[in-house]
Amino acid sequence: MFALGMVYCIFDRPLGHSINFFERKFAKKPEIAEANKKVLKDGFNYAVTIHAMPSFRVHTATIEKGTYRNINGNTATAWGLLAAAEKANLPLFLGSYPITPASEILVEIENRRDLGAKAFQAEDEIGGIVTSIGASFAGHLAATSTSGPGLALKSEALGLAVITELPLVVIDVQRGGPSTGLPTKTEQSDLFQALFGRNGESPLPVIAASTPSNCFYYAYEAAKIALEHMTPVLLLTDGFIANGTEPWKIPSMKDMPEIKTQFVGKDEKQYLPYSRDERMVRKWAVPGMKGFEHRIGGLEKMKDTGNVSYIPENHEIMSIEREKKVEYIQEKVPDLKVEGNADADVLVVGWGSTYGHLTTAVREMNNEGKKVAHAHFNYINPLPKNTNEILSKYKEIIVFELNLGQFAKYLRMMHPNNNYEYYDKIQGLPLTVTEIKQKVNQILEEL
Amino acid sequence: MAESKYTFKDFKSDQEVRWCPGCGDIAIMMAVQKAMAKLDHNKEDYAVVSGIGCSSRFPYYMNTYGFHGIHGRAGVLASGIKTANPKLSVWQITGDGDGLAIGGNHFIHEIRRNIDLNIILFNNQIYGLTKGQYSPTSLFGQITKSSPFGTIEEPFNPGELVIGAKGKFFARSLDNKVAETTDILVEADKHKGASVVEILQNCVIYNDGAYKAITSKETRDDNQIWLKHGEPMIFGKEKNKGLILDGLELKVVKIGENGITKDDILVHDAKINSPYLHLALINMNIEDGFPVAFGVIRSVEAPTYETLLEKQIKDVRAKSKIKNVDDLLRSGNTWTVE
Repeated sequence: MFALGMVYCIFDRPLGHSINFFERKFAKKPEIAEANKKVLKDGFNYAVTIHAMPSFRVHTATIEKGTYRNINGNTATAWGLLAAAEKANLPLFLGSYPITPASEILVEIENRRDLGAKAFQAEDEIGGIVTSIGASFAGHLAATSTSGPGLALKSEALGLAVITELPLVVIDVQRGGPSTGLPTKTEQSDLFQALFGRNGESPLPVIAASTPSNCFYYAYEAAKIALEHMTPVLLLTDGFIANGTEPWKIPSMKDMPEIKTQFVGKDEKQYLPYSRDERMVRKWAVPGMKGFEHRIGGLEKMKDTGNVSYIPENHEIMSIEREKKVEYIQEKVPDLKVEGNADADVLVVGWGSTYGHLTTAVREMNNEGKKVAHAHFNYINPLPKNTNEILSKYKEIIVFELNLGQFAKYLRMMHPNNNYEYYDKIQGLPLTVTEIKQKVNQILEEL
Repeated sequence: MAESKYTFKDFKSDQEVRWCPGCGDIAIMMAVQKAMAKLDHNKEDYAVVSGIGCSSRFPYYMNTYGFHGIHGRAGVLASGIKTANPKLSVWQITGDGDGLAIGGNHFIHEIRRNIDLNIILFNNQIYGLTKGQYSPTSLFGQITKSSPFGTIEEPFNPGELVIGAKGKFFARSLDNKVAETTDILVEADKHKGASVVEILQNCVIYNDGAYKAITSKETRDDNQIWLKHGEPMIFGKEKNKGLILDGLELKVVKIGENGITKDDILVHDAKINSPYLHLALINMNIEDGFPVAFGVIRSVEAPTYETLLEKQIKDVRAKSKIKNVDDLLRSGNTWTVE
């Protein structure tokens, strides 16, 4: 406590935060609160007396007005799901199996019986996702949370959600792989698994959160896309942001965007479970709704009726329609933004949890008089509409990621006209600002 | 029972039934449809769920809500549906391969959780859809396509597995006994909890005659015993054979022989919590000189998963200060920047 008092002095901060904390924490033992306060102040005064001054001053950050709290990525993810369920006026169901570093999402939802949420701790990863698919069939907002090895186990069931076209949120809190790999370390190496890790033509939207607190918004967004487009959605976070904590300005539910569910109108005369709207989205009818009894399943189904069909042309039509349905989601994907110096020659590209380090490095370099731009992706599939428009402006694109270049390879596949430089790190650790700057400086020198 | 709103025909879908002619599945479906017509649920409140296999095509033939899942996962699909909406009557259609091999894990856990499901296990002791490989219930030494020299695996007895998984309801029936199966299915649905109904089903193509010793005209009366709660365990053509306890073991006796009277015969108690006798009844087999037990062997009341969950939600809601997401976001430590 003495040392903390000194730190307050050195960084020139008011003692109020800790004093309030002592009074709250030791409300029933005022003598302990007083003792703590005294030692804290003694430390502060000692630092004043010995002139313990740093060589620089850390200024108080200018922070937006509002109510704040600390939040980590896993809690934010769980709360984002709860928020989406409330907004969509649906009960939340989470089927899950404990796995590092994703377990807290399950624990957080288990704790929210007060909001009517149902968390189901299944006997395995497959049980986690399949109970959720069942709950989705029954009309809930359904989700499942896992990490890389768990996602591998869920692959077949994810295909079932794709072909049945049921809304489902799948959260992969990535960790080091392959196999058990580095369970407690962070990595971004499940990107290909998320995009392509299923049998058959099995498209689904993939989005990625990039800070602990925006896990809330991207979990919400994943649920919104799932419900509005009748599709499973994969949300990627990772160990770094899942366990990382940051202050977060608390949003208000009234400011969260509307979520339109795709339930069939109760008065509709004929229900064709696989008839689609102009965005290829089918209507949702759930058990208990009279007159809408229908069968769905993992076999290819006839266009419109949903009956089992082995007709060759129909399989092609359905495959293309499922693909198009995911492509149409691009309409809703916000445009890619450029931070830093947009007129630079060099564009730093990242996705997901590397945002904090990349934005800091780019800001510092621009402050140092160098010209660097930064584009960060949260929407992986579909990519933002203006992706190529932005990428093609730059002489050099450096893609930073915590794997062996999966996103860079994906961009090269989607937009082959650009040249992509890789910066890959696969040590189970986040990027550092120093190494980012080093790499960018090297490229700048080569220009 | 009140006059039913439905006949079994109301539960037939317009899809062509593609099971082989003579397949036991057809009779079982008839029994399920008849049971549904007898029960009090509205048609829209039935959900029929399956995995993969011959029997798993079942939902397509039912004019109810239906979900044909993936191999082995019917149990978890059904568990999710029932947990989400406890008002539904959820029927899980599975087979010895789907339910006991690839889906074995889910099978034991749905039983342990005691989710209120009707689990209909079509046991034909063979993989039919993949054309004749041995299953977890194929007999030891059985020659099949994938065991050309005979299996070297001990088979499961599904009922034993149910007891081992703390099951509260187990019944056994035969595919061709439509009336008996119908009654058992009605009881299974009325029982609150995971109700497992094993139906011995003849696969006419890959394992024809697997149950011949049980079903043939000459031997069936001596090789089947139909158990009813509260009634003595009597069987045989002359209705003169019965079961007694000899020490800790079941024994077949003849009424009128060695001073045995009808009063000495065990009376079936399906509702007793101890699984001891139920297990003994489940394990009876012809090789050891016993009849095979049919009917509702075990039916014990216990709280179900989904009712306990609903109760927790109600109790926690009543106590918690967090009534909506805004409350949650503002719970715990917060601070204001002005």
